[in-house]
Amino acid sequence: MLNPYLPYPVKIDSVITETEDRNLKTFKLVFLNSADGKRFVHQAGQFAELSIAGKGEIPIGIASSPTEQGHLLFTVNRVGVVTTALHQMMAGDVIGVRGPLGNWYPWEQMEGKNVVIIGGGFAFTTLRASIVYLLHSDNRGRFGDITVIYGARTPGMLLYKDELKTWDKRSDIQMHITVDATDQPDWKYNVGFVPTVTQEKAPSAKDAYAIVCGPPIMIKFTLPILRELGFPDERIIMSLEMRMKCGIGMCGRCNIGTEYVCTEGPVFTLAQLAQLPPEY
Amino acid sequence: MVDRLIKKTEVADLVNRLLEKYRVYAPVRQQDMANFQEISTADQVDLSLANTTLSPKSIMLPHSESMFEFTLDKTANQAGILREVETDHTPRVIFGIRPCDAKAFQLLDLNFDTPAYKDPWWVKRRQITTIVGLGCNAPCATCFCTSVGSGPFATEGMDLLLIDGEDEFIIQVITAKGHELLNDLGIQAEPSREKKDMVTALQESSLQSIKSVVPTDSLKHHEATALFSADFWEEVQFACINCGVCTFVCPTCWCFDIQDEVSKSNGIRLRNWDSCMFPLFTLHGSGHNPRSQKLQRLRQRFMHKLKYFVDKYDSGVACVGCGRCVQQCPVNIDIRQVFLLMNDFKV
Repeated sequence: MLNPYLPYPVKIDSVITETEDRNLKTFKLVFLNSADGKRFVHQAGQFAELSIAGKGEIPIGIASSPTEQGHLLFTVNRVGVVTTALHQMMAGDVIGVRGPLGNWYPWEQMEGKNVVIIGGGFAFTTLRASIVYLLHSDNRGRFGDITVIYGARTPGMLLYKDELKTWDKRSDIQMHITVDATDQPDWKYNVGFVPTVTQEKAPSAKDAYAIVCGPPIMIKFTLPILRELGFPDERIIMSLEMRMKCGIGMCGRCNIGTEYVCTEGPVFTLAQLAQLPPEY
Repeated sequence: MVDRLIKKTEVADLVNRLLEKYRVYAPVRQQDMANFQEISTADQVDLSLANTTLSPKSIMLPHSESMFEFTLDKTANQAGILREVETDHTPRVIFGIRPCDAKAFQLLDLNFDTPAYKDPWWVKRRQITTIVGLGCNAPCATCFCTSVGSGPFATEGMDLLLIDGEDEFIIQVITAKGHELLNDLGIQAEPSREKKDMVTALQESSLQSIKSVVPTDSLKHHEATALFSADFWEEVQFACINCGVCTFVCPTCWCFDIQDEVSKSNGIRLRNWDSCMFPLFTLHGSGHNPRSQKLQRLRQRFMHKLKYFVDKYDSGVACVGCGRCVQQCPVNIDIRQVFLLMNDFKV
């Protein structure tokens, strides 16, 4: 019996500073034992616990797609003890990964359908995993139109800037990149909050699912617009965050009513959330 | 299985024989309190206690326990890599546990031993432990076990049950594991017809003496969201000081925290009991806290036990009616009253 609390040892292969405030870094991790890597089979939308011996663990969404073999990516915002320690680490350092944990975006259900991805700020990590997954040649044909609306405060606060540019050039994905404000004269994308841009671009709800990840304020103002566009609550998919420890439904803190965000979540439809106490 | 019999004068000898083969946990008087602890001699055992101050949950889920150890010494090739701490898994006996507390272990199995994940420490401890219960001839005024699926002579979660029959204990054999233990100890005597009748009468009068009754029949029919928004929480939470004693003494409160501790270059990852009464329990890194108010925290505790658990597992409430929280709450919040408010709630 494998101990579900025991992290797999991994080595930091590289660290990329993503944003101009230097508060978001992407860590590329490689398993020290290849057998562990084979056991770690995830789906876009799942998370894992990153473990730093002596500091603790943190639940972080997996930013790499299952189609990217041989490594895992995690983009981490520096907020507390563990994330601060992680931000001070460098290529070659050893940490731990426990997972994959939680459920994922309902890819099987979305087959043959259009997918609208709406993200804000640093909640774009599992959305990156999703986009890379959807665009992979094995998968692109299984889905209809793909529309992405992604916003950050400033151009410098966008994650994965190079990939955003690459995706923007492709014809099989519709990208709407936006920033709250910018003084860059050559900014050629949108300016405006994510809800506003969603309203302007008005992605069709016909045969479509919307995946929404972002700060509470963005979600609050985006949901009414999606409903206006005709998305039923069953096809509005969200990923929640919660303070977690065990990640396997045992330590008792991340529940919303009967549901543990770590095991029954983090992915819920708006219809599912409507059945639960509003405590998140 | 056939009942057995042991004279009370032989109990000390029995415990001492147990101690030769097992680690034995039993109720022991500790100054103003009484608690389960690992004993070294039979004379420590006190079977006259109504029940212990703390529940015996720490025998399965220690208050604090090392999970993993590691070194941070960069020159070591395993630096920063966690390995499991060796745990003593030699066989154990819990001797003299009350029916409510034994049932609590079964309820906690639903959380720790699941189809998807198994908590290795919990599962192992359950396997290596034989549970010898003690029926309650004289329940406390705060006991309400009979309303919540247990009872003064209930056998859920036990391998053997001792029933006090004046000069003797009748031993009910519940499981094969219990049967094995008795054979191992060579206890062969069987109770007479008269003795059995006497015990039946005792059980009947004990049952009758439980006057505390709570309703549970409507809990699963209410909408969780409606109960959640009920007005009565304001009143229930008014006096609460979020001290957490209810969760600390409760046999079915299992929530835990995981922390790392480091001394020089050696460290451990440990888990400690935690409590939904504390704001830190749910505080996000961002500063957001879904349960920042004490009303939310108190509501979570009662909703979890009497509604969420009921809905999630269909195995009744996560309360065994031991009455400890009723006795220990410094501001007299009474879970029996909350049963009533929740069960009889009208939208």
